[in-house]
Amino acid sequence: MTTCCPAPTPRKPTDASRRYLWVGGTVAALILWLAVYQILQPLAAWAVARLPVAPDSHLAEALAFFLYDTPKVLMLLTLVVFAMGVVRSFFSAENTRRLLSGKREGVGNVAAASLGIVTPFCSCSAVPLFIGFVSAGVPLGVTFSFLIAAPMINEVALGLLFGLVGWQVAVTYLAFGLGVAIIAGFVIGRFHLDGWLQPWVREVRMGNVDLPDRRLTVPDRLRAGLDAVTDIVGKVWLWVIAGIAVGALIHGYAPAALLASIMGKDAWWSVPAAVVVGIPMYSNAAGIIPIIEALIGKGAALGTVLAFMMAVIALSLPEMIILRKVLTVKLIAVFVGVVGLGILTVGYLFNFLFVA
Amino acid sequence: MKDIKVLGSGCKTCQLTAELLKSEAERLGVPVTIEKITDYAAIAGYGIAATPGVVVDGKVVHAGGLPKAADVDGWLSA
Repeated sequence: MTTCCPAPTPRKPTDASRRYLWVGGTVAALILWLAVYQILQPLAAWAVARLPVAPDSHLAEALAFFLYDTPKVLMLLTLVVFAMGVVRSFFSAENTRRLLSGKREGVGNVAAASLGIVTPFCSCSAVPLFIGFVSAGVPLGVTFSFLIAAPMINEVALGLLFGLVGWQVAVTYLAFGLGVAIIAGFVIGRFHLDGWLQPWVREVRMGNVDLPDRRLTVPDRLRAGLDAVTDIVGKVWLWVIAGIAVGALIHGYAPAALLASIMGKDAWWSVPAAVVVGIPMYSNAAGIIPIIEALIGKGAALGTVLAFMMAVIALSLPEMIILRKVLTVKLIAVFVGVVGLGILTVGYLFNFLFVA
Repeated sequence: MKDIKVLGSGCKTCQLTAELLKSEAERLGVPVTIEKITDYAAIAGYGIAATPGVVVDGKVVHAGGLPKAADVDGWLSA
């Protein structure tokens, strides 16, 4: 079976047809996606009308919400995750590190936060990534900008906000999330806290790596998008459906007046309360956003619920426990404090900008 | 005998990577030793920033995410 010499991989004659197949398939899938998306609403309305429930009842309202939102959200999520998967095939943590090393603060923070969105990143890589960045000469504050942006602005959050609350909110979330990551990283950098890293981190000697250069073809990149869809959507679809079910219940049954008084714009204390409650909570965006949409529909202020969501996603206890290996408790406290304050500001700004 | 090291914190993807290497090596009949390296300082010494990483005979061939079976076959038969 094993050949003695590695055969040179010849350019297979099927390469061209493979490309046509992938590109053609993607275009066909997009057209089909659009066609189905157009008829979702009439289809859901038709289905609810066929059900033996009284029209305009609480149950009918909840069912209509559920039957329309579930396919809509899953479709939008699939599209965004696919696009992000293709984009991410152009980036890697090693390249990002090379781009950021030696960058000055300021410019570096902006670059790091932006790269945080598109660089493939898994939370279990947080420690090697942190060490890799710091020992390659990426300033501490710039590293933090990356570490804040990477989990907070993810394709699942953006896709769901886009699908459930509208693209304006998704874009604003993207902008404010970037803002928090850039400014919080910059502020942490200004404190000059390099001495608060765990001592061994500064002694790490970073090796040099020459990863084999991989020329990805167009089908390879489309394939990466498809892989991202099966991986991520396969993992979160149940959460999304559960979230929409809870959202549907809130939609149909929860009293609007009560919610509005707790989470509405007039309750100034609700933003800090949302952040404080959100920090120790750990959930993915998938389960939480459908609930957020329903809360907004019932009069909860957008800034308040988004601050809650950012706190849940960006600051999580498991991540801090992992980071404890490289950061001292003091530095973690500064990190949580600065990011928490940033989210708080975003919450108030959102409430101010989006008058419901 | 190929000397393979899997660099990673012991997260799920890292374990899957080690299993994939083992099963592909068995399938192709390539004798290998697989060692898991979980020490962060040692991982950094290899120069990667995303785990899991794969090192074959002292050379880093992969960093970040579960490798594809086709790539694994390529490393094993190289």
